[in-house]
Amino acid sequence: MTLKTDDVRSIAHLARLHIEEDAVDQYVGDLSSILALVEQMNQVDSEGVIPLSNPLDASQRLRADEVSESDQRDKFQGIAPDVAEGLYRVPRVIE
Amino acid sequence: MPYTVTEIREGLAAGRFSSSEITRDYLSRIAEHNPQLNCFISVTEEIALQQAQAADKALADGKAELLTGVPLAHKDLFCTDGVRTSCGSRMLDNFIAPYDATVVERIHDAGAVMLGKTNMDEFAMGSSNENSWYGSVANPWNAAHVPGGSSGGSAAAVAAGLVPAATGTDTGGSIRQPAALCGVTGIKPTYGRVSRYGMIAFASSLDQGGPFARSAADCALLLQAMSGFDPRDSTSSENEVADFSAQLDQGIEGLRIGLPKEFFAEGLDSRLATVIETAIGELRKLGADVREVSLPNTGLSIPTYYVVAMAECSSNLSRFDGVRFGHRCTDPVDLEDLYKRSRGEGFGDEVKRRILIGTYALSAGYYDAYYLKAQQLRRMIKNDFQQAFADVDLILGPTTPEVAFEIGAKTDDPVSMYLQDIYTISLNLAGLPGMSLPVGFVDGLPVGMQLIGNYFDEARLLQVAHRYQQVSDWHLQMPEAFS
Repeated sequence: MTLKTDDVRSIAHLARLHIEEDAVDQYVGDLSSILALVEQMNQVDSEGVIPLSNPLDASQRLRADEVSESDQRDKFQGIAPDVAEGLYRVPRVIE
Repeated sequence: MPYTVTEIREGLAAGRFSSSEITRDYLSRIAEHNPQLNCFISVTEEIALQQAQAADKALADGKAELLTGVPLAHKDLFCTDGVRTSCGSRMLDNFIAPYDATVVERIHDAGAVMLGKTNMDEFAMGSSNENSWYGSVANPWNAAHVPGGSSGGSAAAVAAGLVPAATGTDTGGSIRQPAALCGVTGIKPTYGRVSRYGMIAFASSLDQGGPFARSAADCALLLQAMSGFDPRDSTSSENEVADFSAQLDQGIEGLRIGLPKEFFAEGLDSRLATVIETAIGELRKLGADVREVSLPNTGLSIPTYYVVAMAECSSNLSRFDGVRFGHRCTDPVDLEDLYKRSRGEGFGDEVKRRILIGTYALSAGYYDAYYLKAQQLRRMIKNDFQQAFADVDLILGPTTPEVAFEIGAKTDDPVSMYLQDIYTISLNLAGLPGMSLPVGFVDGLPVGMQLIGNYFDEARLLQVAHRYQQVSDWHLQMPEAFS
């Protein structure tokens, strides 16, 4: 599978990742060679094999829906780039 | 100066030196050698001296725990409350973790002293430590060569005697491969054995923490402190933890060891194969019953791994959005610009490549062809191991196809870098425990031998490695510049 420059731009948009315009060609090459490696998977017929998502075939452990954490808002917001009155600030999203 | 955890524990117990003394000795070795090696991202001198003082008090009061007074370092991927946790990334260069990882908490509770946080490939993505925002790490055996990765700083620090032990994480070989390339001992336990809470996630179904040290006996102590059920990690295992140190001396008489023929085929440096075969000969002399096994899908483990790992990484790293913590771009024009530029500036090239491939593999129309297919192959790879373990107690082979390569040799070709992981990644896909121990040299660079165990059979791996280390001294050798 060979990607095109527009493919790379659209994947980067899906990933919300800015890539420099002059680096796009490099990504096209690198990502295409990684996909060529990945396509070796098609050499094998895996029809009917049950997918394995947890290596121990374990299922997600559940717990009672009880509050177990204390309020640490000030501590957590102490490392945020921009906060005001206990809220995280981002550029305006509603005009 | 004592370089093993075992010696340090004995010396502290006998009162031959204090934790404060040994901590200062290690801090001065770090100050002397780190500028050349670049093993550390942060040195936590003040914390170390405080913890050492508390340890000396505990020792004096007869309240010593398993690691009381032993200095060590953490890979800079484990969250440490109040201390920068960068994950080797510009994205987290300003991130002061607001809590401790379970591993950090347990090792602290066991009485250890934290010397600092070690260098690593950005977000643990790499096999050479060249992907760190903080620069590459030099291999103590030859500074022109890589230490391996992603836990390259931890491995190099142990090899050079800047720390007696260090923590690491292993998603596709990131403990075993640098251990091999730096000539130290490292173990990746079974998936679920060590809590992932507070371990910055790369690929959640593969990531697992473990220790580096000079010997299997030291690794047993470290792993003991790190292991066990943690309700804060939903994939943590409730299986009982074995007493690793108590089982070290059980011997290997009659132990059935399988050599996967696919691990000794094309691609393995023949000089390295000879070194491994000599070590196998030693194990035979010690009574092991060595035979051939087959892991037919070994070749597929690389493509399978990279699909699973990149898909999970693209999902995990979506949390770095420039809003709540980490790097934020200046003057974003709108929210999308904030996300895109913060991430574009915060992440390095390899992380970007992996996020892009992962995003592609999970995008509409491609999920079945990539992620689902990879999960099917993942089961086939796991089944290969299960079948092999029907006939043997342990699987053994090389850790890496070649010894440490030169810095810069593979940076232009991501795929050739990925091929370095051929013998290590299948274990992560299957969730099995594995370890690497030094068994010799090629061109003055260490060779690692890999031991692979069945699920939760870490004690046996440590036991075999310990038995080998009783009759060999590769693990005790130090690079001349640091001895």
